[in-house]
Amino acid sequence: MASSSSPATGSAGSRGYLPYLIPGVIGFVVVVLIPFVMNIVVSFTRWKGIGTPKFIGFENYQRLFQDGTFWAAFQHSVACVIAMALIPTALGLFLAAVLYDYIGPRFGERTSSGLRAAFYLPQILPVAVAGVLWGWILSPIGVLNQILDSLGLHALSQNWLGDPRTALLSVMAVMVWLQVGYALVVFMSGLARVDPSLYEAAELDGAPWLARFWHITIPMLKPEIFVVGLTTTIAALKVFAPVYVLTSGGPDNATTVPSYFAYYHFFTTNRVGYGSAITTVQTLITIVLGLVFLRVQARQTEEAR
Amino acid sequence: MSVEAAPAAAAAPALPLHSKRGDAGGRHSDGPGRYWALALLIVAAVLTLFPFALAAINAVKTPADYGANGPIALPRSFDLQALLRFWREVDFTQKLFNSVLISGAVAIAGVTISMLNAYALGIGKVRGRKVILVIFLLGIMVPQESLVYPLYYMAKSVGLYDTRISVIIIFTVLQSAFGTYMLSAVLTAFPREIIDAAEIDGANRLQILWHVVIPVLRPTLTVLATFFFIWTWNEFLLPLVLLISNDNQNVSVAMGTLHGQHTSEPTTTAAAALLGIVPTVLFFLVFQRTLMRGVTAGAIK
Repeated sequence: MASSSSPATGSAGSRGYLPYLIPGVIGFVVVVLIPFVMNIVVSFTRWKGIGTPKFIGFENYQRLFQDGTFWAAFQHSVACVIAMALIPTALGLFLAAVLYDYIGPRFGERTSSGLRAAFYLPQILPVAVAGVLWGWILSPIGVLNQILDSLGLHALSQNWLGDPRTALLSVMAVMVWLQVGYALVVFMSGLARVDPSLYEAAELDGAPWLARFWHITIPMLKPEIFVVGLTTTIAALKVFAPVYVLTSGGPDNATTVPSYFAYYHFFTTNRVGYGSAITTVQTLITIVLGLVFLRVQARQTEEAR
Repeated sequence: MSVEAAPAAAAAPALPLHSKRGDAGGRHSDGPGRYWALALLIVAAVLTLFPFALAAINAVKTPADYGANGPIALPRSFDLQALLRFWREVDFTQKLFNSVLISGAVAIAGVTISMLNAYALGIGKVRGRKVILVIFLLGIMVPQESLVYPLYYMAKSVGLYDTRISVIIIFTVLQSAFGTYMLSAVLTAFPREIIDAAEIDGANRLQILWHVVIPVLRPTLTVLATFFFIWTWNEFLLPLVLLISNDNQNVSVAMGTLHGQHTSEPTTTAAAALLGIVPTVLFFLVFQRTLMRGVTAGAIK
């Protein structure tokens, strides 16, 4: 960042710009800062949402760490990281490389951007709509089971979202479907800045595709891999909508995640203090991850100079 | 890097690198093997699009046709009853209107606030701007879950609960935290000479913002507004909590709270999904270029 302000804009000059910040700062204080602080304060109280909150110190947190559902929710968070960050990043990387470096040159730009658009489409769908769609496909009398039946594979049909053994895997599959396009598009735009002659030289030298993928694509895309990996991980840690619309955390908490668990306590059991403790822990994890992200990003920018 | 790189990408025309490589296609003739990769990707793409196709073909079937021939058969009947019934029962016109109203207002107000903030921070370089930017950035990272109950409580206590304006205000602020961060980075690199020249010509700050800065930034602002619109359209948790009456709910909430209502027939479920899909797909087709250009900008979210 250029911090070399010209002498004409000293502190006297810059003060004149303060009025432009007023609406934004007021909004931010009311919508983010106050609720943020309020949530932390409430997490140290017992409160039903009405009446006066009663201060109880760390009791909510103590109970939280002994709550099996809370730990289950965090385990499912790990599953969400796999389904929303790990698999989409790996798959997106592979697809982007194939599209850019193989399909593009051989079958033309149109084919590759058409395929890219196809993979990206689930990304723009409201998750709630995706939930209606997949809820229908995966229901006991849904499309998937009917397809299995018609193939004579009746034995394989399941109550995909209603059986604790398959519910989490089904939700994960939907998450992969939702997320791949995002990783793919970011990686493809990253590949556009890689010098094509690098690939052509490697190709002329007879390097097989996999070697080029490993030694050129992945090192060149390091910044994008980092950004995608981290942003999707943060998104996975706070995922709510897919779980709400597909399973409501069930069956028997088999798919509950911290966000859903907190929502449940806020609006169903009205244990607001407890819910606040859950979201405070969640916020802490997210912010720590975010700060790591900023540090590494800053270091990368330094190195790039 | 994403945030700072994105505006540049948005302003500059796409690099012509691809097409150059495309022309060299003749060299890449390595037998029939090359079709395997293409076939594999087409299969993967078809699988990705399969749920969309399912919604489309089943929404226009009669229930009898669905019962007799199953979900994957192409329709042998053509019946808009399911679509019409669902539309009428959930008052879809109203939901669409609410979604457009909320997302449109947030896109405009969000970009305006982002621009004003970024003008003071990026061009004005007000004191403490780094601290302010970090606070905005934390605002982007904070999970909405930790704000949802206080916002719900505050909205109730000031009488804004179950109003569209509450959702508009909240998302304007949340989106503009991101917009401020992004536009400030762009404006820090804004050529100082242009501002100085305008100042010498006697323009005041507001005139400089309106006649100098905004015209230069227009492409970036368009990308930003498009993203704010789509992000707000797809938001779920806060609208779910804040909008409870039928007249105020948007498409997202209406879809997410169906839970089997109005959808006893599979064809009606398909119709519901199709109606949810169509607006976003139309939007996608219209703004495809903007979206693809701007995805890197959205990487931070």
